[in-house]
Formats: sequence, structure tokens, C-alpha cells
Amino acid sequence: MAATKTRISSFSRNISAVSAPQLPGIKCGPNGTFFVSSGIPDLDKILGGGFPLGSLVMIMEDAEAPHHMLLLRNFMSQGLVQNQPLLYASPAKDPRGFLGTLPCPSSSKDDKSRNHDTEQEKGLRIAWQYKKYFSENQKNIDDHKDSNQEFCNDFDLRKPLEKHFYSGQRVDCVSIKDSPNLATLHDRCATFLAQFPRNDGSFSCMGRIAIQSLCAPQCELSKMDWDMLSFIRSLKSMLRSANAVAIITFPSSLLSPSFCKRWQHMADVLLSVKAIPDEDKELGKLLTGYQDMVGFLNVHKIARINTQVPMILEATTFSIKLHKRRFLVLECLNQAPIDGSSGTSYGTSGGCSGSSRSGALDF
Amino acid sequence: MENRSLNLLDEALGLDYQTDPWPLRGKVVLIEDCVETSGCFVLHQLLKRTLSSQSPNNTVIFLAFSHPLSHYDRILRKLGCNLVAQRENGRFFFFDMLKLLCPDEKEGKTGKGGFTALYWKIQNTICALPENNKNHATIMIDDMSLMEVAAHGSSDHVLNFMHYCHTLTSELGCSLITLNHEDIYTSMERPTFMLQTKYLVDVLIKAEPLATGLAADVHGQLTVLNRDFCNVKGSSKNKISNFHFKVKENSVEYFYPGTRT
Repeated sequence: MAATKTRISSFSRNISAVSAPQLPGIKCGPNGTFFVSSGIPDLDKILGGGFPLGSLVMIMEDAEAPHHMLLLRNFMSQGLVQNQPLLYASPAKDPRGFLGTLPCPSSSKDDKSRNHDTEQEKGLRIAWQYKKYFSENQKNIDDHKDSNQEFCNDFDLRKPLEKHFYSGQRVDCVSIKDSPNLATLHDRCATFLAQFPRNDGSFSCMGRIAIQSLCAPQCELSKMDWDMLSFIRSLKSMLRSANAVAIITFPSSLLSPSFCKRWQHMADVLLSVKAIPDEDKELGKLLTGYQDMVGFLNVHKIARINTQVPMILEATTFSIKLHKRRFLVLECLNQAPIDGSSGTSYGTSGGCSGSSRSGALDF
Repeated sequence: MENRSLNLLDEALGLDYQTDPWPLRGKVVLIEDCVETSGCFVLHQLLKRTLSSQSPNNTVIFLAFSHPLSHYDRILRKLGCNLVAQRENGRFFFFDMLKLLCPDEKEGKTGKGGFTALYWKIQNTICALPENNKNHATIMIDDMSLMEVAAHGSSDHVLNFMHYCHTLTSELGCSLITLNHEDIYTSMERPTFMLQTKYLVDVLIKAEPLATGLAADVHGQLTVLNRDFCNVKGSSKNKISNFHFKVKENSVEYFYPGTRT
């Protein structure tokens, strides 16, 4: 029944049991995999921990709205904040300019939780006779919290990332505009990934690759379907033997249906974003919190590395909201209860984050 | 030994009646899946059954296009089959094809390039097997669509390769088990590649999602079409079976629709 729930709980047990890897921003997952944060806490939760190291994430763009950029920005920022090298490729003329639009991690939450910690300690001081029992646990919890905080930050979309995060040597930008073929991009990816060979158990470094709009018309790759496929295939095989995660976003409507399926089969994690039609009154009536939504996120595929068991989510469609116009939040869709029918509100149980149901049921 | 747990898939494939000769011997099996439901688990099951102790002569040659050995090793170990040990015993040959590219453009007229070499490698491997095992080899390909990508879209080369492998099944009694993604071809006007491969196939296993949507208890449904299926009485006919499945780490549960408590 609650497959996702149980899996999540067993997952969190794993963290405490297995000593956390040395590198911040990586945590242990099931089946010998390691997770890397997507930069959106809710998305990490949905995917059962984050993006697995060595996986290829693909996001299908909506031609009408740039929501994929939200995911891309958070993914890139998360890496930069954790000092991870980044390779960014885009069809823009000057990809480096995009780095100025990356969001900055918010500090307010850290402060709050720190205060919370000290309060907890005070509470423990009263029960001094139990302190020796608690101290170990407490340490564990603290470690846990620290690692969690470092694993995934909350990003404030209105504050730009401080320049020192991306001014160094760690960020490599490639423009795929007007390049005759994908050989340059492939070589750049290969040299980038060669920095992070995978030796079991030890992490010295990990990297992130973000490729925006791979098959966009300005790349002039439209006649090179097979080239793009073999690029993706080769990128995927390189990723499998490297400590890195790659995101590719692509406008799926530009591909022919059969090639679009091929691309989808290549992905380890497959997501799609959709815009919300403005002033759709019927939808507005159907869904609670319709006004705050910016778009929908669909989870089509979750990585299945080292396992054959699929992860079944309670819901695959989530609404993208901006909390306080600053933070990216993903929520399950909540259907407003329809008059005259009782208990048909579906999808309210999957709590990825607390959301208020406006149509209250009276008992 | 006889009352080892049989599941619906084994039954549908005819694996229940006999273990010698191996029921899939000389047959071509195609597993079809789609983005929503992966059919990889069927491949894992068949790999495990082929290498299981009941059939000590079986040998597997595995062409991996989509996942490295570590992935399969971990999965099969949970199923109770140690691939590394089997490899050392000479019963399991793993060809890592993740980076294979067919250099057909550069080599000009020689055409099949990488695939020709690959075929010879397979044939040499089979020829080098001990006499008892020669007729019990199984060739497994974990993703045919990636073979097409490796061949840069020239599916003729892949088809040629398939035909060559098919001759092995008729000549030496090898079996060929492949996986392909059906949904790639459904939107095509004339999916030659799909039709041609299906023509060779003796057993077709199709993994689909449930029509009613996602469920935590049922991961999807399997349709098995077994051409010339021989039952106990010896009469042969086409047999279609249809059932649901739930994939677990150490096994797969198969059940008829509605029979789960």
C-alpha cells in the first residue's frame, strides 16, 4: 500500500546505520547507490532521496513556459554551494551569463534550526541523570541534521547567488549554438567526467553536468537525431563510471514521437514540466490552491540502479508553487471535495509538504 | 527438485515440464516493454533460470548495452545467483557493450564493422565451450534499441546481426533472448525493424502498465505468446497467457488478475 512511505523510512534508517560519506552533499541510498540533491528538498523527498550518483536525469520541457529552468537553476546552485565542479551547456550565445540568475541559499532557515537545537539542549540539561544516554543519540541527531542541511539547501529565488561561488575555475560553460556537431560537447563532457573516476567507497570529488535544451532549434542539430542519441548514450555510459550526475532538458515536442520515446528510454530519472493555462476556471474549481501554482511537475521514471524493483509513487503529478514568492515547493495535487459526494478527495494523503486544504470536511 | 516453486511465467514458457532438454533451446525470445513499465526483470528471471543448478550445461553470453556488470551482479545476487562465480566457472560471459560504437562510416564498405567483430566473438566463445555445453548456449541482449543507436540508426546492420545469431539457434541449438522497447516503434509508419525481429521470434513476452493506472500492489501485466508450445500430450499450438506481476528484490510475484488477497 504505502510503498513510498515504507521505502522512505527504510531509507532514513540507512543513513543512521551507514556512516555518512566524507563529502558533503552525498548521502547513502539503498543498493549501494549514493544520492545527490536536486536542490529542491521536496523533489529529493519524492525521488526517495535525490538523484542517484552516476545517473542521467532528463526533463521534458514545456514549449510554453520555462519551468525546466527552475529545476536546472536549483540543481546548479546546489552543486556550486557545495563546491562541486559544474559543466553547463546551453544553446545561448553566452552561457556564463546564465550563472548570474542562479538562486542563493536562504539563511533564515539555518538560523531557525540552530536556535531549535540550543533549545533542545536546554531541555536535556534538566534531565541530567539521563544525559549520558542521550549524549550519543543527540550527537547522532546533530550529525544527521547537519548533513541534511548541507545535503540540500532551500534556495531563495529572488536573491542571486554570490559571485565567488561561480567565478572560480570550477565552472565550465559550453555554448552549443552553431556548433557543427556534438563532438566538442562530447569531448568537454569526457574531460570533465575524467576528473571524477569512481573508486568504490571513496569520494574525493563529484561533479554536475547541466545541459539545457539539447535539441533546441538554434543548435541546428535537428537533422542529427542519431548523433544526439549516441551522444546521450555515450554520456550515460561515462556517467556510470564516474561520480557525477547529469541533467539534460529537452523540448520533447520538437522530436518525432519515436525519437522522443528513445530519449525517454535513455533517462534514469525522467521528469516533465507543464505550464498552467491562465484562468482555467474549471481547473481552478477542481484544485485547491490553484492561484498559487506556477506549473505542474510529472515524475515519469525513477532511477533503478542496482535494483529491479520499481518505485511506485502515490501520485506522479505535483504542483510547482513558489512559497512566499521565494522558495520552490512541490505539492501533491489536492482536489477540492465535490458537493454531494463524500470521501472522494483523492491524493490528499501523499504528504510531500504540508498544504492546507481549503475545502474543509465537516464531521 | 520437481516441486520447486513454479510461477506463472515459467508455466507460460513451458519451463515446468522438463529441464532436459532445456525448453527454450533453439528458440528466440523477445521481451517488449515501454517507458512506464520496464521489462528488465524478465531478463533477470530468465538469466537466473538459465544459470540455475538444474541445468548445469547451460551457458549464457550476455551483451550489455544499457547497464554495467555491477548492476546485474547486484540484482542477480539478490535473486540467488552469483554472476561473478558463474563467470569464473565459464558459464557466464559478459560482454560490456556500453561504449561500443559501430564505425561503419569510417570503414566504408566493410559495413557491419563492430557487429561483425561482435558476432565472431560470440561464435568463437561458443566454439570454445566444452562439448557438453556447446548446444546449450544462450545469447542475451539487454537492449536492442541501443544497438540501433550504436549502429547509428542503420537498423539493417542490427537485423543482419540478429539473422546471424538466428542461424546459431538453428544450427547449434542456442537460444536468443532479447529486450526491446515497443513504444519506440508504435508511432512509426512502417516499423521494419520491429516486424522483422518479431518474425524470428518464438516466444514474445510483453510487459505493459495496468490500464487502470499505477498501483503499489500490481506493477504491471505480462502477456506471453508462445508459438509452437508443446504440452504434455505432445500437441502443439499457440498459447497466450496473461497475468499480473509484482517485482520484488528477491523474486517476482505473478498472479492472475483479481486473485490477490
